[in-house]
Amino acid sequence: MAIAQTQNITTCRSNGGGSEVVLLDFWPSMFGMRVRIALAEKGIEYEYKEQDLANKSPLLLEMNPIHKKIPVLIHNGKPINESCIIVQYIDETWNDKSPLMPSDPYVRAQARFWADYVDKKVYETSKKIWTLKGEEQEKAKKEFIEILKVMEGQIGEKPYFMGESFGYADIALVTFYSWFYTFETLGNFSIEKECPKLIAWAKRCMQRESVSKTLPDSKKIYDFFIEMKTKLDL
Amino acid sequence: MEKVKLFATWSSPFVKRIVWALKLKNVEYEIIYEDLANKSPELLKYNPIHKKVPVLVHNEIAICESLVILEYIDETWNDVCPLLPKDPLDKAKERFWAKFGDEQVLPSFFGYVMKQGKDQEESKETTLAHLKRVEQLLSEKKFLSGESFGFLDLAFGWLAENSRPLEVITGLKLLDEDSFPNLCTWKDKFLEIPAIKESWPDQETLIAKYQEIRESKGK
Repeated sequence: MAIAQTQNITTCRSNGGGSEVVLLDFWPSMFGMRVRIALAEKGIEYEYKEQDLANKSPLLLEMNPIHKKIPVLIHNGKPINESCIIVQYIDETWNDKSPLMPSDPYVRAQARFWADYVDKKVYETSKKIWTLKGEEQEKAKKEFIEILKVMEGQIGEKPYFMGESFGYADIALVTFYSWFYTFETLGNFSIEKECPKLIAWAKRCMQRESVSKTLPDSKKIYDFFIEMKTKLDL
Repeated sequence: MEKVKLFATWSSPFVKRIVWALKLKNVEYEIIYEDLANKSPELLKYNPIHKKVPVLVHNEIAICESLVILEYIDETWNDVCPLLPKDPLDKAKERFWAKFGDEQVLPSFFGYVMKQGKDQEESKETTLAHLKRVEQLLSEKKFLSGESFGFLDLAFGWLAENSRPLEVITGLKLLDEDSFPNLCTWKDKFLEIPAIKESWPDQETLIAKYQEIRESKGK
């Protein structure tokens, strides 16, 4: 499987003893993208290590023995796993600039709730769109749109999920935007038609360099998906 | 005067961890027991997305999802009994294991207890493997959160609370001392924490209530 890098990654290993940040990732992963956005928001230099998920490296297996998944952030030799947990770790560790979490505990709880909602609902439902056919796929599409509408409703008239500032909850969802073209093509529907305000929010996020430089081109994601589908005979 | 309400059921492990956290933080609150077959308009108003318990309502604003609620409680009532550590790496580890507990350990444990025959045998292997991982977490620590109890102990508290009652009801040996010496020691210590010990339902009440359910289902 050809794994193409589609964006410039800062690869600068700092000298030993200082802060060394390594990211184990897989370029089309919307979970990995969350971490890349967070690192970019904070201006953190790191070494990006592309992983072959069909042939997992000893490093990945050592750093994430429980789930054996990416992304894994390795900071000074210590691993942090699970994308939302990594984003919070990044925010708490590099806390001198660009806060990703709201400062008020209640708003922070809401941000956590919505990121959790994305994890519980968006990925699993979107998977059904590309694995199911016919009536079952139609049902999955409806469910997916309903979920997006709920989030569109939450954003409302605000620029971002929690208000004026881009942050954690936006990061949790916006990475799926790079996959929307793939879902739309497979499911033969238009997300923009169903959820125009959500697309407007996504485009607003894309105006941030951290997002636009992280999210791969939608067509490249689609080509990757088709290649993966062919290989796995989905 | 702060107004705190908790929408709950007596049996939910996700609710219980909130009850414990509020007690540890000396927060006064009103508990509203829900009939999940007949959810109140209030619950649906405060948790329209998932329609589940627990929901914490603090001065009329709602927080949902038990691990989110725990962090909210810790950050809001931050003058007593800190639950999460200050260090970001330690915090990340506790969050990781709490998530693992909720997504993997809890469902497989309760699944194992409730299943029969071949399904039960299969669940048993998965459950034992998960429990071994939790056992390893305790290899150099008194509590899951370290030297003193905290967030991760509350997150796994359902295991301490339910293992003996379920052993009594089902006859299954869930946490045997030979395979899980650390977990057994932790379980006893956890149940001795005053806030935990004094929370309702206690162990004997739990056994009686599970027995009641079992009998009503004709098992």
